[in-house]
Amino acid sequence: MKLWKTILAAAVLTFAAATSAFAARTDLVIGIPLEPPHLDPTAGAAAAIDEVLYANVFEGLTRIGPNGEVLPDLAESWAISDDGKTYSFKLHTGVKFHDGSGFSADDVKFSLDRARADNSVNAQKGLFAQIDRIDVVDPVTVKITLKNSQGSFLYNMGWGDAVIVSPKSADTNKEKPIGTGPFKFQNWAKGSSITLVKSDNYWGAPVFLDKVEFRIVPDAAAAVPALLSGDIQAFPFFDPDSVSQVKGDPRFHVVIGSTEGETILAINNKKPPFDKLQVRQAISFALDRKAIIDGASAGLGVPIGSHMSPANKDYVDLTGLYPHNIDKAKELLKEAGLEKGFKATLKLPPPSYARLGGEIIASELREIGIDLEIVPVEWAQWLDQVFTKKDYDLTIVSHTEPNDLGIYSRKDYYFNYDNPAFDTIIAKLNLTSDETKRKELLGEAQKILADDAVVGFLYELPKVGVWDAKLQGLWENAPIQANDLTKVKWTE
Amino acid sequence: MTMRVDLPEETLAGVLAKAFGNRSFLIGFAITLLVAAVAILSFIWTPYDVTRLVIADKTQAPSPAHWFGTDHFGRDILSMIMVGARNSIAVALVAVGIGMGVGVPLGAFAAARGSLADEALMRVNDLVFAFPALLSAIMITAIFGPGAVNAIIAIGIFNIPVFARVARAGALAIWPREFILAARAAGKGMTQISVEHILPNIATLLLVQGTIQFALGILAEAGLSYVGLGAQPPMPSWGRMLFDAQTRMVTAPWMAIFPGMAIVITVLGLNLLGDGIADILDPKSRRRR
Amino acid sequence: MTAYLLKRLIIAAVTLVLASMVVFAVMEILPGDPARLMLGFNASADQVELLRNQMGLNAPFVLRYLHWASGLLSLDFGRSYTYSVPVIDLVRERVVVSLPLALIALALSTAIAIPVGVFSAGRQGRAGDALAMGAAQLGVAVPNFWFALMLIYLFAVWLRLVPAGGFPGWSAGAWPAVKSLLLPAVALALPQAAILARVARSALIEVLNEDYIRTARAKGLPYRAVLWRHALRNAMIPVLTILGLQFAFLLAGTIIIENVFYLPGLGRLVLQAINQRDLIVVESIVMLLVAAVIAVNLLVDFSYAVVDPRLRGRQ
Repeated sequence: MKLWKTILAAAVLTFAAATSAFAARTDLVIGIPLEPPHLDPTAGAAAAIDEVLYANVFEGLTRIGPNGEVLPDLAESWAISDDGKTYSFKLHTGVKFHDGSGFSADDVKFSLDRARADNSVNAQKGLFAQIDRIDVVDPVTVKITLKNSQGSFLYNMGWGDAVIVSPKSADTNKEKPIGTGPFKFQNWAKGSSITLVKSDNYWGAPVFLDKVEFRIVPDAAAAVPALLSGDIQAFPFFDPDSVSQVKGDPRFHVVIGSTEGETILAINNKKPPFDKLQVRQAISFALDRKAIIDGASAGLGVPIGSHMSPANKDYVDLTGLYPHNIDKAKELLKEAGLEKGFKATLKLPPPSYARLGGEIIASELREIGIDLEIVPVEWAQWLDQVFTKKDYDLTIVSHTEPNDLGIYSRKDYYFNYDNPAFDTIIAKLNLTSDETKRKELLGEAQKILADDAVVGFLYELPKVGVWDAKLQGLWENAPIQANDLTKVKWTE
Repeated sequence: MTMRVDLPEETLAGVLAKAFGNRSFLIGFAITLLVAAVAILSFIWTPYDVTRLVIADKTQAPSPAHWFGTDHFGRDILSMIMVGARNSIAVALVAVGIGMGVGVPLGAFAAARGSLADEALMRVNDLVFAFPALLSAIMITAIFGPGAVNAIIAIGIFNIPVFARVARAGALAIWPREFILAARAAGKGMTQISVEHILPNIATLLLVQGTIQFALGILAEAGLSYVGLGAQPPMPSWGRMLFDAQTRMVTAPWMAIFPGMAIVITVLGLNLLGDGIADILDPKSRRRR
Repeated sequence: MTAYLLKRLIIAAVTLVLASMVVFAVMEILPGDPARLMLGFNASADQVELLRNQMGLNAPFVLRYLHWASGLLSLDFGRSYTYSVPVIDLVRERVVVSLPLALIALALSTAIAIPVGVFSAGRQGRAGDALAMGAAQLGVAVPNFWFALMLIYLFAVWLRLVPAGGFPGWSAGAWPAVKSLLLPAVALALPQAAILARVARSALIEVLNEDYIRTARAKGLPYRAVLWRHALRNAMIPVLTILGLQFAFLLAGTIIIENVFYLPGLGRLVLQAINQRDLIVVESIVMLLVAAVIAVNLLVDFSYAVVDPRLRGRQ
């Protein structure tokens, strides 16, 4: 057997050596887990849209860098008035859309007005809520006036939802996206792959790759062999559970970064017996976060005690509040009059953190007498049943939006959580710009959520990237869901 | 006039002697017995508890402590295969039961009645056969939700026309025979004849088809569980174990090898058993699928 | 013979119509509102209602069926809810993967099974026969997706001879495209070949016992010639029947195998569509597959008439 393998491998290697090109490669196949529903980042919330198009095909006034910093993009510079309400953006010259038409300040006004219009289908209209008016000063200067000063405005303009589109192609971007970026759209084989090619008339620093194919690989099972066989050279968002399959293989570069994804065991707070605080607290005590992280995310990921990333400057460590303690959990259930335990369902969306974590949690809760029926659901069903109709007991999901503490004060949100004290804090927070004051309020908010055991706080989802060791320039962290390819190159 | 009962002419002893001389039967029987014994044993004893996850022991290679290694949750693979046998057998058995319970009366009825009833049955059969079974099973479980019960129904439905067809063909061959004519002359009704004379005579055919469908049922259940539409955790099932294994083939190949072998061996045993039974009871019969 | 063919044709047509009714009815009871799915979860009830009207979802059941069925006849399957492109475009993109895959698998299965069957029948009861049939017995018992996993790790990951999955598209050239279909085809074909080989063997053995074969041999024709020329032709009926059934099985098998190898074929599309509740795509593909199965069975019926002289003589 061994000998056979050696002979075959030698034959294959000889063949490969004879055919391989000597110049550095300029093509890349990237694996992405989900297929975008369409290709217009200004008309949909799906992260998969940005994963393909952000920074590659579409550009905004500003952009988010690999570590979450704001960088200039189509605006080469800007000036902010003293009251913080007026932004003057100076645009790059010589910028062209992929269809050949020129880019100017009119396109900026068009794009932002379109995004904030009443009939806009933009998924993040809140980004533009503070914009009062947009004026075209000259073809390369735009002045944006805000209703109130907003510290995050430049950051907001860097979101995928705020990219600049051309009036000519705005309505057809869903099928044939036309942007100003270094790559232009070539082809979308539905259900299979999306191909981008280098744009010849790009205004900025030229990119290294000529052709990039985003291959849709929903199953981790298919991702591993595709990577090992070299069919796909990079998975920027790799299934953490599979990382042990490629770790230690010198052919690959495995990067563990951070995300803004709080992974939680969401609880329907209005549905008995989960409306009882003791029951929710009992669940929190029954959870063994280390086991969950080890079993569902290959030991990667940091435990959390409330809804905030440990990397966030306003993070408060509340993980000590509910240590793994079966006796305490049983005691609390007894207090709630449920010492005999009860049955409930656990609906699990497709990602492995949910499906694997769900099995572990079901086994952990069984120890305190809660018998969970596991119901696997697809995203469409999850959105319909859990998120919209709130027809669920427990579910596991990762909330990947940054700074999303406010969801707990939304009246109709699927947690069915209602605590006026918490709402007051969030309301105050929205009117506060002083950093120390904000930090204090955010700390209080985190504390309330943990005290109320609104959901079972599990861990911060890791970002695991795996790519060919000869590949350089991919993002290590995921401040936003994107695959910025502008600096990516092969090193041989 | 004495009525000749059309049972095999051989004595029980003769059949047994033939059985012991038939290699397919012996091997198949031994394997099937082993699988059944393991499944029954799993009710009272398994090396480890399969509902307890021991994350600290995850993906351990086969060792004296865990003969087949452990899975990604630290569960003992041997124990899971034992409990999984239960699930596979239950699903396949009930699915065969559904197929026989509904299909055989339908087939027998069509053969007895002939003409319109027969034609109608054959057309419905055509209809069901036009749907690739797996596709339909996937659709059924997609509608009613994944789970062992729905998997049984989905597989069972596609056993119905199979048994209807076998029963019909067998019955059609027997109806013109002399002893049936005699029974009719004696004033027996259609139903009575079907139950008393036709059924015993097609029992062999049904038994052989039953083992084939049983084996196919085990494969189908594994397929459905593999795409996540069969038995749900924490109930172990062989197909699901393979699903869990496939992302870990590089580091934990035992997770895929042993459940896969369990399926192969069980199906192999059932097929050999079916072959053997067919040979022993009716040397001329050939199995067609 | 014309009467026979006509009858088969009518039966096929009736089956097709019944099947379309079943498919449509089944899709009706699938939970999930396509209009809401298309609009997303922020849409108001009014918007959803408006779209339902536009999509004709509020029309009576029978009308919708007729509309859908008449569309099918003119290859107008409607528009996909999730991709908002005509379903026929999606199908066209996928069929160029699935059909070649099923055909390669079918060809492979036949190419393996017939020689093995002939080989075994010619050595009935001897060691070669026992070995071949033992292997076939094993082949029947192997789940194709498990076999596929083993193949991937052997040939794609370990030896790196063929891609582990994915499909470069026919535009990348015929060889790379065929190469990526090889492993899936083998995974699909081998278990089928095992079944087919057993059928071919037993059909041949039966034919070999018939008088005219004995006569042919008595005339001094060499055994091999008798086997290949006379016996095989007459053993074709059961073999063809199984081949017809296997085509249906191969088509369905592509659903799982395409997922193992992430080939962008019809099977994967249908599974994706079921998950995304893209009912119109599911309906269309199921109907297409059913129509393919019916057509192949019809073809098998017709070929009976060609190979079976008795049937040919019948009026």
